[in-house]
Amino acid sequence: MAKVVVITSGKGGVGKTTSAAAFAAGLALRGHKTVVIDFDVGLRNLDLIMGCERRVVFDFINVINGDANLNQALIKDKRNDNLFIFPTSQTRDKDALRREGVDRVLEELKQQFDYIICDSPAGIEHGAITALYFADSAIIVTNPEVSSVRDSDRIIGILASRSRRAERNEPPVELNLLLTRYDPARVAKGEMLTVEDVKEILSIPLLGVIPESESVLRASNTGTPVAFDSDSLAGRAYLDAVARFLGEQREMRFVKPERRNLFRVLFGRA
Amino acid sequence: MGLLNLFFSPHRHSAAIAKERLKIVLAHERAGRHAPDFLPRLQKELIDVVCRYVEIREDMIRVNLGKSGETSLLEINIEIDGAKPMLGGLRAATPGKSG
Repeated sequence: MAKVVVITSGKGGVGKTTSAAAFAAGLALRGHKTVVIDFDVGLRNLDLIMGCERRVVFDFINVINGDANLNQALIKDKRNDNLFIFPTSQTRDKDALRREGVDRVLEELKQQFDYIICDSPAGIEHGAITALYFADSAIIVTNPEVSSVRDSDRIIGILASRSRRAERNEPPVELNLLLTRYDPARVAKGEMLTVEDVKEILSIPLLGVIPESESVLRASNTGTPVAFDSDSLAGRAYLDAVARFLGEQREMRFVKPERRNLFRVLFGRA
Repeated sequence: MGLLNLFFSPHRHSAAIAKERLKIVLAHERAGRHAPDFLPRLQKELIDVVCRYVEIREDMIRVNLGKSGETSLLEINIEIDGAKPMLGGLRAATPGKSG
């Protein structure tokens, strides 16, 4: 049975699109047929992060409106056969995401895919609500910073009350926390909320901690989901998070300050 | 202060301050999140009714909607300790004896 997973946060700039791309890539690497959908109508960016911006012909809104069929709009990733990108429209306004249309498209995607990853826009407006409405599972992307934690709490409340599962009195949307841009050195100095602090405040299960890493910018510069860079700390942290999502036990890495490593200093790998 | 700051640099503890502030603001926001719209009006009308009998302040009535398993619970707490009886109010509330 296909699973619809929303990547959401409330706050902007916390790493939703990076996480959606990395997570989808990680699931594909594990052999699951995965599509990642951009719900940020008007501010299309997933295509850039996934490195397929020049291959976009038809988009989500075209398919909803019946101007194109699904297989014309889906972009197959060139690095992994299990991975597909479903770009959104850059020109339409965000109200074009009608709920019945989204429902129909998701049902069609469920016939073809194991995982449907929905990259939500920031905020709690129409686009963000539509992205989370159909979710079976939600990954709450949070930075260890007060405004991000507060907005995550708000989104958790919205998932519990306004998702389709909540409206139909079905089992609630499965919630998972992904803590991104974590800086263990600053945490050690008491300058940043710890993993435990954020877990305690939001009280949802922790899926992973992604350390602040140069490799994230390098990945977006080149249009490569960071999970494909398995040498990088962030890439490995995302692959760990994907493994936990699939039910594996993995020890939480990259939460303690790194010891200075001569090899790293000399060769400059982050 | 200068000496204290030397030992307890404000930067060292900013994460602890963040955690404390978040806990307080979220406790407040979560409490208001599931409250139906009629609760403030209910609270005001309850105050009006109780005020006919005893003199109470607004903060002495707390109205909460909670959930215990499958049952929704409307919890009303009225603190009347130290509240003075309203004699005039009593007469008004029992018109049968006032004539």
